[in-house]
Amino acid sequence: MQLSSQRSYEGSYLEHQGKYKGLLGWITSTDHKRIALLYMFSMMVLFIVGALLGLGMKLELIAPGKTVMEAQTYNAFFTVHGVIMIFMIVIPGLPAVFGNFLLPIMIGAKDVAFPKLNLISWYVYILGAILVISSVLFGDGTPDTGWTFYAPYSFKTGANMLPAIFGAFVLGFSSVLTGLNFIVTIHRLRAPGMTWGKMPLFPWTLYGTGWIQLLATPIVGITLILVALERIFGIGVFDPALGGDPILYQHLFWIYSHPAVYIMILPAMGAISEIIPTFSQKHVFGYKAIVASTLAIAFVGYFVWGHHMFTAGMSNTSQYAFSILTFLVAIPSAIKVFNWISTMYKGSINVQTPFYWAVSFIFVFMIGGLSGLVLGALTANVYLHDTAFVVAHFHFIVFGGTGYAFFAALHYWFPKMFGRMYDAKWANTGWLLFFIGFLTLYGPMFYLGMMGMPRRYYDYLEQFHSANILSTLGSWVMVFGLVIIIVNLFRAAKYGQPAPVNPWNGKTWEWTVPSPPPVENFDKIPEYKEKEGPYEY
Amino acid sequence: MENEKHHIVPYRTYVFILIALLACTFISVGITTIELGELTVTGALLLASIKSFLVLTYFMHLKYDKPYIKIMVAFVFVLFVAVIVITFFDYLFR
Amino acid sequence: MSQVIHHEDHYDAEGSKIGMWLFIFTELLLFGGLFLIYSVYRYRNQDAFHLAAEELDRTIGTINTVILLISSMTIAMSTTALQKGQKKITLLLMVTTVVLGIVFLVNKYFEWGLKFEHGIFPGSEHMKTTMSQGEILFFGLYFVMTGLHALHIIIGLILILVAYVRITNGTVHANRPSLLENAGLYWHLVDLIWIFLFPLFYLIH
Repeated sequence: MQLSSQRSYEGSYLEHQGKYKGLLGWITSTDHKRIALLYMFSMMVLFIVGALLGLGMKLELIAPGKTVMEAQTYNAFFTVHGVIMIFMIVIPGLPAVFGNFLLPIMIGAKDVAFPKLNLISWYVYILGAILVISSVLFGDGTPDTGWTFYAPYSFKTGANMLPAIFGAFVLGFSSVLTGLNFIVTIHRLRAPGMTWGKMPLFPWTLYGTGWIQLLATPIVGITLILVALERIFGIGVFDPALGGDPILYQHLFWIYSHPAVYIMILPAMGAISEIIPTFSQKHVFGYKAIVASTLAIAFVGYFVWGHHMFTAGMSNTSQYAFSILTFLVAIPSAIKVFNWISTMYKGSINVQTPFYWAVSFIFVFMIGGLSGLVLGALTANVYLHDTAFVVAHFHFIVFGGTGYAFFAALHYWFPKMFGRMYDAKWANTGWLLFFIGFLTLYGPMFYLGMMGMPRRYYDYLEQFHSANILSTLGSWVMVFGLVIIIVNLFRAAKYGQPAPVNPWNGKTWEWTVPSPPPVENFDKIPEYKEKEGPYEY
Repeated sequence: MENEKHHIVPYRTYVFILIALLACTFISVGITTIELGELTVTGALLLASIKSFLVLTYFMHLKYDKPYIKIMVAFVFVLFVAVIVITFFDYLFR
Repeated sequence: MSQVIHHEDHYDAEGSKIGMWLFIFTELLLFGGLFLIYSVYRYRNQDAFHLAAEELDRTIGTINTVILLISSMTIAMSTTALQKGQKKITLLLMVTTVVLGIVFLVNKYFEWGLKFEHGIFPGSEHMKTTMSQGEILFFGLYFVMTGLHALHIIIGLILILVAYVRITNGTVHANRPSLLENAGLYWHLVDLIWIFLFPLFYLIH
């Protein structure tokens, strides 16, 4: 590999020197591409913290009884692991990094609708992260309620809840502002000729996601505020002693947190919908169906939250209703999988790193999704709720879904973002180790859950021991793969071969601008002239 | 982006709407002093809905805006009502 | 060259209007969560809510409702005045709106003060010992909802004041009215919330 550490050209967004130099120039920039990288690097740091917490949990679980930490510490570990991964990684995840970087370019705009607000969104994100981290470092004990903050424990526990609660609220605000910005951007800044029906699929998913961010987040916002007020004043709204209903807390929490998983998965699906046509060198199968299912998922996703609460004490009517709606919402996702596979059929497959990630995404996402149907069935749920089965389900579908799609997107758009090509052999090696480790880590949890091992316990019965050993070993293999992937990309950013404008022969507009793009993306706003939609090969 | 100079609403219109709003307010105070049982809540909420419709349509300019904004507003209300209805599947049947 | 990338100054009135509407949606849902809680607890504690509501002063509530409705009219009129280029009238209408908003807050202050004097405040011993659970919930919701609403009145007033300054210094005018229009939208939102708060807390019989 020819080492080439020459910097990219002077007008690129990476090299641009404005009023401020160096780091200051980055944290004061309203350029959507720089903001995307700000998010990426802060998220990377937070992800490492969250992953270390996960590794710590797996280490504790390698043997029954106390292994390396007390029960209370384990509770704190899974709480903070969840809060970081959910609120700081997978919810902002793809929109904040790839949405920010690519949305304007893909629709032919020079930036988002409100660039200053975009930068503020990142500052708000950082503030939220600091607040949450401070709950760990200061005060009377790290939060131990689980990331779900269930009442009444969340307002009775002596742990340092308030900074974590406010941190989550502030992070929600960042999410709302990003969603708002993207919705207006898509409405107002599409280039001439780019009608809604010709817009690529990744922007479509960002649009649907934006609406969920906008309309669902405030519900958890007010719920968190109420928990804080309950802690401080004892208003009674969730306190059974004063007439409050803890189940109402769960309703309110999940009215947001279920749509939140669609915030996580829709942009992921959007990225996959970009990658598969490119590496099949074929138009996407059923563009309209994919758009319709994106909107259907966003809409129906608001009405299924009760499937997190089947055993909480809701009415039977409620249980039946939520179960049926849960089965309904699976249909549009299945449509998408069908369309992706049909896109590949009779295509000219280009087997590259992004394609490996995309195909393995489909595999793990299917497992996660099917296990979700198992949980959506009332009879099975009674047995499986709060067991390791649930943990396996959501790691397959969220880490497998959003996580794999994030790495797929990273390896797809890396040449564009950094102007460098990475070493494919190392990237693929990293992928393989990660994939094997992932399956070994989370696969056994399905079995453990069915055998009755509860979640969120630091101890377990002896009969669960061997499966747990296997799972913990899997975590080490997976992390090893992760390290290879990250190191490989860092090396590529510094020493990689200069990337061409369109290394993958993609058809969307980001593949027409230089790698990396200039500050204003386009010299002149382009005009969309394709007769059919995007992806015409 | 052209700066759309939209229709200027006459002062008069706003005064009429205020009068309508005040009328609705006094009617709702009135009917809730009468004991009507279940209907009292319904009546009060109905009048509140009429008042909001007036505020949204005239004060907030929805009447003079492009249709897609009206669709968005309607959608948000529908979503909110749906969420309340579904929540009550629990509380009504416990 | 400034750090802020200057694309050609694209003043997009419709874009910023959509932006404000989208923000208003988030506020509607923020209060929506509270209305959801209210409806659940009222359904489960109908008599207690009736009883507790008698502590509230219907007259002050009605006066406050009237005040807010008039202030909505004045801020709406100010957008007409701005478009007609009637700068002085615009500013007068805006000041009227702000004054009315402040009167509303003052009324609230006295209302709450009266409650506190009677031992009715979040977490009070008096409530826990003398009131039923439904009544405690009623007042918990009353303070949270009217309190959050008052906070939003303050935010609305600040927005109007910012628009006032920008109109006086000429950056907001008939051809660039967005800031005033959007501040007005926000104010109407505050009014909308009160339109529902009023009957649900003051007009229970």
